Order: sequence, then C-alpha cells, then structure tokens
Amino acid sequence: MNTKEALYNFCLRLADNNIVLGQRLAEWCSRGPILEEDLAMTNISLDLFGEAESMYEYATTLVNNNSTADHLAFLRSEREYFNNLLVEQPNGDFAQTMMKQVLFSAFAKHLYEALCNSNDETLKGLAAKALKETKYHLRHSSEWIIRFGNGTEESMRRTQFALNELWRFTDDMFVMNEVDEELISMGISFNLNDIQAKWKFTISEIFAEANLQMPEATNIIKGGSKGIHTEHLGHLLCEMQYLQRAHPGATW
Amino acid sequence: MSNNNSQFPQWEVFIQEKSGSAFEHAGSVHATDKKMALQNARDIYTRRNEGRALWVVMTDNIASTTRDDEEEFFDPSEDKIYRTPNFYKMPAGTTNL
Repeated sequence: MNTKEALYNFCLRLADNNIVLGQRLAEWCSRGPILEEDLAMTNISLDLFGEAESMYEYATTLVNNNSTADHLAFLRSEREYFNNLLVEQPNGDFAQTMMKQVLFSAFAKHLYEALCNSNDETLKGLAAKALKETKYHLRHSSEWIIRFGNGTEESMRRTQFALNELWRFTDDMFVMNEVDEELISMGISFNLNDIQAKWKFTISEIFAEANLQMPEATNIIKGGSKGIHTEHLGHLLCEMQYLQRAHPGATW
Repeated sequence: MSNNNSQFPQWEVFIQEKSGSAFEHAGSVHATDKKMALQNARDIYTRRNEGRALWVVMTDNIASTTRDDEEEFFDPSEDKIYRTPNFYKMPAGTTNL
C-alpha cells in the first residue's frame, strides 16, 4: 500500500465516522427531549456532516477515478465503509446517545489534536477546523453525562447501562492496520495506542465526576476499519442512500 | 415567567455582536443552570455567526415595569421636548456633535 492509498483510506475512515454519527444524530430531529436539545443535536449532526464532506472532498483528490464526495457518501456499500462500530450503534435512549457522543468525541478530540501536527498540510488543516467543533461536542455531551450521573436514580441507572452497553465497541476505535503503519512511517498520522491512553484519561475524569463505574471489558467486537460492521450499519445506509440509489444522479 | 414542571426554568439571552458593542436581547431558552443556559443559547442564537459573546440571566431575576406603570413612568416625558437637545444651532460646517 503506497502513501496515497493509505491516506485515501484514512480520510474515508475519518469521514465515515462523521457521516454515520451525523446520520444517527439527525434521527433525533423533532424527537429531542426539549426544543433546545433537539437543536443542539442537529447542530452537532450538521457539524459532523460538514467535517465528513471536506474529508471526502480531500479523498477524491487522492485517487484518479472521477469520484465525488457524493459518490463516496451515497454509493458505497457497508463493506466499503470504514467507520468505527461505536458510531453506527442505534441511538437508544437519550443517555445512550450522549454516552456514544462522549466516547466518540473524546477519541476524535485527541486524534485531531495529534493530526494538527501531521506532515500532510491538508489533513492538518481539516483536523484543526474539526477540532474546534469536536471540543464543543465533547463539552456538550460530557455535561449531560455528569448531570445524569448526579441526577436521579433512574438517570444514573440508564447512564451506567449505556456505558456498559457501548463499552465493548470502544477498542475498535484504536485498531491499527497497514494504513496506519504507512501513515505513521510518513509522519502523517500517529500511533492510536497513544491516542487511546489520552482518551482513557479524558473519559475516566468525566466518568469519575459522573460517579460511573468503568465497565469490565467483555465481549469486545472489532472490525470497522476493515469494513466488517454490526448489523446496524446496513440499515442506516439503506435510509441514508435511498434517494441516490433510487434516482441515480438526482440533484436539488 | 412561570416555571411549571414540564419545562426547565427560563433564561433571557443577550448577544454581543462584536467586542466592545452593547449586549442585545435575542430571546430566551430553557435550562437548569448557567452552563446549560449558555450552551443552549449558543446553539439557538449564535449558530449563524451572530455574536462573539453571550450573557444569560434567569428570567425571574429581571425586574420589569408593568403595563400599569406606563402612565406614571413614561407619559410625563411626552411633553418635555426641552429635554432633548433640539434647540441648539449647529455651528457652520459641523455634521456631527
């Protein structure tokens, strides 16, 4: 695998994470617990779509096959998506949605911080822009988790349940393959084990403040960066890609 | 102004468009505390680049005049045009004072 191919794959991984989580958050539109939160979640969703778009755009410049960002988003099947398993998980209740957001945003924050030192200028720029948004996403979601943990017995129970349920998908975010090897050797990306250590520190602080117990690592599932997904991604893509599949090339 | 059980308390939101300018009332949000009120205000009122700073204040903490106060508070100023500087002659050549 040459550097360009690795970078292409890496951009897809970043973009796929954003578009899939953005799509999940968009499912909350008009269903938020309060008006303000409805807007907050769709705001985050739009941030993520924006990040995905610019990362897809960059990916298209790395290959010579006339593909566009729209092709990448709407015409790849689930085995060609490289997002982490965490982001494709169903929303569940509001606590699960916020827990998923905290776990992902803390990861994205440390990854983008690292990528701000990338040797690839474009990736560096995209990471710097996404970092600002990601910090806000982390702030917003961690505030909720801390509130829930210190709230009622029910909010505490639901939040701990969310953490226990989602925990087994978190190792998947730090899996490295030949893509990472190539990019690390070129100083374009960084060792995800280091990101994992920082991520763990960040979320441990949040969970301590929320009085949550770190779950036991059981039934760990990995595979996102190889295109091996849980059953949920296919359904999500069906809905997201329906229009382009049914009316190829449709624009508005 | 009321806090019923189905909604979080109400807060008033003020936005400063740019550094140095006055904070202007933008609207209200519901939130349980200052942090949440600022975040909700940010999401609702500044996502199209409307401002660089935010104030939030609990609606219950604002003292307001009522309709009944109107006569005695505001009407007396109606016929006192000498309180406005309308009767000075502008020096020649001056456009602003």
